[in-house]
Amino acid sequence: MQTRRQTLKQSAAVATLAAGAGLLPTSVMAAEFNKAAFEAKGIKDTLKALGINGDPTASPDVTLTAPDIAENGAVVPFALSTKLPDVKELILMVEKNPNALVAVFNVTPEVEAKFATRSKMGETSDVYAIALTKDGKALFSKKEVKVTLGGCGG
Amino acid sequence: MGDPMRIRAQAKDGNVLVRILMSHEMESGQRKDASGKIVPAWWIQEVTAKLNDKQVFSCEWGPAVSKNPFLEFTVKGGKAGDKVSVSWKDSKGDTRTDEATVS
Repeated sequence: MQTRRQTLKQSAAVATLAAGAGLLPTSVMAAEFNKAAFEAKGIKDTLKALGINGDPTASPDVTLTAPDIAENGAVVPFALSTKLPDVKELILMVEKNPNALVAVFNVTPEVEAKFATRSKMGETSDVYAIALTKDGKALFSKKEVKVTLGGCGG
Repeated sequence: MGDPMRIRAQAKDGNVLVRILMSHEMESGQRKDASGKIVPAWWIQEVTAKLNDKQVFSCEWGPAVSKNPFLEFTVKGGKAGDKVSVSWKDSKGDTRTDEATVS
């Protein structure tokens, strides 16, 4: 994995930790909580940190429900779902947030591939819903959400 | 331990719709306090849910999830009277578990 290089680049704190203790901390942390992915900037780096290589493809089978305009960037409701079979994870990303990755939902056989939550958005940005299949393919749908500052409505 | 979660679990068409409101600051690590120092990030990292003691749902969150997070998912199967248990763990290692009965 190239997470070490990325982590070093992005976080001075983690860099000193990794330098001090060798490779161990990053690999140990990855098993528990994918810190590198949540600290990556931009869609591409985040996908890499999640272990997805190659470009994701747009798919009409992945659904992202989001408002056109978010009056309050602190609370933006999102719903993501897919009808595709063999989906392992559903991933929510906001491209222009300081760290793009918002949430990773594990699709187990016991739950429907349909989740909803609320996220913060720093500015107007494309929002991505990405479905990761068991054979490593990434399919997405995206939508631009405008964030109105000041909260007086669009 | 944070404050209790509000969990609503409803049986509908053979599935259980679970809606959760958690009480958590979800500090992003981007904000600065009055003296200009960055407020350290503090957020819920993992949420898991069980239906009748069997784990059915899990997710990982970054600090971008909104304050006092809302979460909705649907469990296949299940009926009124089943027990739903939801747990979270935050970046300081704090955890909380709350239960609700499917109605």
